[in-house]
Amino acid sequence: MQSAREALTASRRAPLLSALGVITIAFSLFAFGLFALVAINIRKALDQVEERVEVRAFLGDSADIEQVAAAMKDIGEFPEVSRVDYVSQEQALDRARKEMGEFADVFEAGVLPASIEVHLRAGQRSPAMVKTVADKIKTYQFVDDVRYGEEWVEKLYKMRNIATVAGIALGVAFAAVAIIIIGATIRMTVLARAKEIAIMRLVGATDMFIRLPFLLDGLVKGVLGGLLALLLVWVSNRVVNEYFIQTIFFDRDMMFFGVVGGAMMGVLGSLVSVGRHLRRV
Amino acid sequence: MIRLTEVAKEYPRSGVALSHVSFQVRKGEFVFLTGPSGSGKTTILKLLYMDDRPSQGEVWINGVSSKNASGREITLLRRRIGIVFQDFRLLEDRSAEANVRFALEVTGAPKAAFRPKVTRVLTQVGLASKALNFPRELSGGEQQRVAIARALVNDPFVLIADEPTGNLDERATRSVFQLLRDINAAGTAVIMATHDLDLVRRSNYRTIELNHGRVVFDSAESPASARPFDEPFDVQDTPTSTETI
Repeated sequence: MQSAREALTASRRAPLLSALGVITIAFSLFAFGLFALVAINIRKALDQVEERVEVRAFLGDSADIEQVAAAMKDIGEFPEVSRVDYVSQEQALDRARKEMGEFADVFEAGVLPASIEVHLRAGQRSPAMVKTVADKIKTYQFVDDVRYGEEWVEKLYKMRNIATVAGIALGVAFAAVAIIIIGATIRMTVLARAKEIAIMRLVGATDMFIRLPFLLDGLVKGVLGGLLALLLVWVSNRVVNEYFIQTIFFDRDMMFFGVVGGAMMGVLGSLVSVGRHLRRV
Repeated sequence: MIRLTEVAKEYPRSGVALSHVSFQVRKGEFVFLTGPSGSGKTTILKLLYMDDRPSQGEVWINGVSSKNASGREITLLRRRIGIVFQDFRLLEDRSAEANVRFALEVTGAPKAAFRPKVTRVLTQVGLASKALNFPRELSGGEQQRVAIARALVNDPFVLIADEPTGNLDERATRSVFQLLRDINAAGTAVIMATHDLDLVRRSNYRTIELNHGRVVFDSAESPASARPFDEPFDVQDTPTSTETI
């Protein structure tokens, strides 16, 4: 209670410094938040593309429908496989006509072979895994050819890896910058009250008594900074949606963890700054 | 109550600050620490309130030894020591009363006891009527009185004063010194570092003189020479604890 009052009094005495602290925290978290938003949108886009990774087995004209049905059941039980669909010659023709309207009258029934489409589970779509499934499917006698866009899958996978590594590296860099800026902001508050801290020690205040108001101060600044950053990211997202491209926003859990993250940074920043100061004086 | 045994203090950069310092201070005693700048007066005081620890030897104060005092013990010890500095060290953005109350708040003392204690010590230092004034509204002497009130509010067994009159004019010096004498007369030991030899000569308190980090003179060991000017201290402008405001 005493600590809360001390923290409040300190903020009231230096409103500009407190506001500056909240704004600095908000902007450093805003930069991190924007990056996180871009990262989740890239990831979402890649996920959507990846969902289209499939293995297509073209069937020979002599394929026996019962054998095909049995094989589809087997394939459906592969751990990597999520769904197996049969595409008859007619369906293949329909699809081709729809997809390539200008050639609609060129195609005739019997031109395109029947096929089975094998969809893979999320996380099981690496080039090696796709190849394994394709090779297994190739072993069926009635299968003429298996295609899965080998080059395309490899490129996609490489892109995904690059996006993940760049995402982690940039994320760590942004987070580190945010932590350093927040730490420096809180250090300013500690230095502004260095005299008070020195007097507290001389009159017999415990380290905890000295620390607590700063921790509360850091917590409040972290939460306020986090909320302000969230608002800024939300506004930016709306602007992008309005004028540029459709994007997704953080879900409720992500927003909650963002603000909690801000609060934690505030508390940790305070803990480190005050701790260092107390060790020095 | 206070004992320094063969104390030495060495700093990595500035070298030896104290060596072979040994003396004792009894309960209720008034002791001057004198000597030129850099002779080690402040270092001794710092060792007494355990802001620093000796490189060698032992400082023993009210049952706490510098050799094994824990952080908690030091914190509790400081609540029983009053400390006063040349530059007052008041919080500029708090009133005199709030500055004094601050020393009670940090100890976690019951809130109900704050007001009577603060009023008592502010009256004792003659500043009850200026309780709500901020430090900038007070003279140097008055600011030092607030600092002394803050040092007294936790009923210390010893008051450690580092050049408490160093920033004051002669009139304020006399008044602050008289206040320290009154505090001592009421039973609190006072250890006062000063290079105001006039103040030392005019009173007959024990004097320990330092030079280059060593004790070069202790009047307790050679009492005859300790009182070259055994005159009463003439104070006319000093409020006392019995003054009514």
